[in-house]
Amino acid sequence: MTDRKAETLGAILRKNGVSRRGFLKFCTTTASLMALPPSWVPTLALALEQARRPSVIWLSFQECTGCTESLTRSHSPSLESLIFDYISLDYHHTLQVASGTAAEAAREQAMHENAGKYLLVVDGSIPLGNPGYSTIAGISNLQMLKETAKGAAAIVAVGNCAAFGGLPKANPNPTGAVSVSDIITDKPIINVSGCPPIPVVITGVLAHYLTFGKLPELDQYNRPKVFFGTSIHDRCYRRPFYDKGLFASTFDDEGAKKGWCLYKLGCKGPMTYNACATAKWNQGTSWPVESGHGCLGCSEPDFWDAGGFYNALSIPIGDVSRNTAYAGAAGLVLGAAAAGLNRKTKAEAVRNHGKVSIDDLEKPS
Amino acid sequence: MIEPMDFLLWVRGSLFDVAVTVFVIGIIIRFFEILSLGRSKDLAEAKGTEFVPGIKTIITRTLPEQGTFKRQPLTIIAGYVFHVGLLVSLVLFIPHIELFRQTFGFGWPGLPNPIVDAAAVLGIVGLLAALWNRITNPVMKILTDNEDYLVWVLTFLPMITGYLAYHRMVNPYPLILGLHILSIELLMVFFPFTKLMHTFTLFLARWYNGAMSGRRGVES
Ligand code: SF4
Repeated sequence: MTDRKAETLGAILRKNGVSRRGFLKFCTTTASLMALPPSWVPTLALALEQARRPSVIWLSFQECTGCTESLTRSHSPSLESLIFDYISLDYHHTLQVASGTAAEAAREQAMHENAGKYLLVVDGSIPLGNPGYSTIAGISNLQMLKETAKGAAAIVAVGNCAAFGGLPKANPNPTGAVSVSDIITDKPIINVSGCPPIPVVITGVLAHYLTFGKLPELDQYNRPKVFFGTSIHDRCYRRPFYDKGLFASTFDDEGAKKGWCLYKLGCKGPMTYNACATAKWNQGTSWPVESGHGCLGCSEPDFWDAGGFYNALSIPIGDVSRNTAYAGAAGLVLGAAAAGLNRKTKAEAVRNHGKVSIDDLEKPS
Repeated sequence: MIEPMDFLLWVRGSLFDVAVTVFVIGIIIRFFEILSLGRSKDLAEAKGTEFVPGIKTIITRTLPEQGTFKRQPLTIIAGYVFHVGLLVSLVLFIPHIELFRQTFGFGWPGLPNPIVDAAAVLGIVGLLAALWNRITNPVMKILTDNEDYLVWVLTFLPMITGYLAYHRMVNPYPLILGLHILSIELLMVFFPFTKLMHTFTLFLARWYNGAMSGRRGVES
């Protein structure tokens, strides 16, 4: 174990039959994804070759394992997943063989041996409502996170749940779920949001960390700018249709068949920052908008509570129709009351109406 | 600090509900108030009819009047340019139509975005010209009070933020979209209690002017 850790990534890849060509191809893809100029590829390759496998501890809290699925399944077997293999994943309770006490022992050992140096990856949110809502080996999520974060060099919050609270935090948030950054404030945290995040974005972040020894530049939500710097809408190939005002109104109308913009069908692409339009999914096969479904906004905080998935972004979250009807009814009642008061005033005026004749006016006062 | 996405969720959520409630209740009460106002009965003998002059005035006051046009061309031109630009961008922009469709259950066809965009620019230019006219023209300046400046700002904000949002000129987008929606909510809240009400009462007012004049046998 320790031996393998001392080996460089390049040596390990060669041992596993990864060709230099394949490796450089991976470096080129990663460099372009990270928006590095092509001249950086050799630097990236060199740095990656010489990188030593950092110890990674992966904690899963209130999550659906979709993030792990995204990372391990969809790109396998690819160079991305190889790179992932060749970090030293010392604890991941879904993927590891050991369980129970042995598993926890592995975590503690990794924490101890690599104190101050290991990367902590978290998926899932942390329940504050009652520690019993989610425990691992009898340890509450909150306690495990605090313990493990202490010796970490940096934390990568993978997925919307770890980054922003995600589905567990959606209204009414029964477990009192919070994100990693709501609890840990004294460590560098990088949010790789998405439900799930794009696999290549996760590996890209890890590659960046291996290459430069530090975290990439982050946006206001602590997301790496290289992947989350532009909106879906700005990179969407259906954008010309949006600009021309050509929209699909149902999922099977003429517009849908012609590949027009999905705004009316609820696409949240304009408010969503992610790399789907360029990185795509399933080994570059497609991405939601390309397959005909609007963007859900899954890399944004609280996207579950941002109104119906099939409502256009311009439609308010509440029930406007109902509110308008209620307000209308209230207005009618209040208006009728006001009219009633006016009627009374009018009736009084009529009662008090006095007649004046010319003679009255000519009378000296 | 409030995050742009929280802000967007807030203005699209509870704040919109509040604004719609104030807007709808306010408008209905204003209408009741106007219609049940109870003018005292006109006991004088009628010297003409009400209906035809009422209709006629609705039309004549909608078209530019010769004399005013000669004396104050800017008032008329800026007024028309602004109102047409505003109406087109308000009711023929597809995201806006989707909101109406959601509220009332029906919609109508919109215009391609570049046309709406051009209309919005006209609207903004018209509004700026109208402000310029109010400030530089001595007569207009005297006629303008604080409420006029208030409704000018309330109308200008949605147009300029809408323009910035459509062209995605502010980053992150949720911030500018949120500001656009917030500015409309401000407009909706002030609407029933300011002269913005003319949007709904203009034809009623024109009819009333015409009909009253007709009854008295004078031209309006
Ligand atoms: S499909 Fe969505 S992301 Fe693409 S142009 Fe339309 S609204 Fe924007």
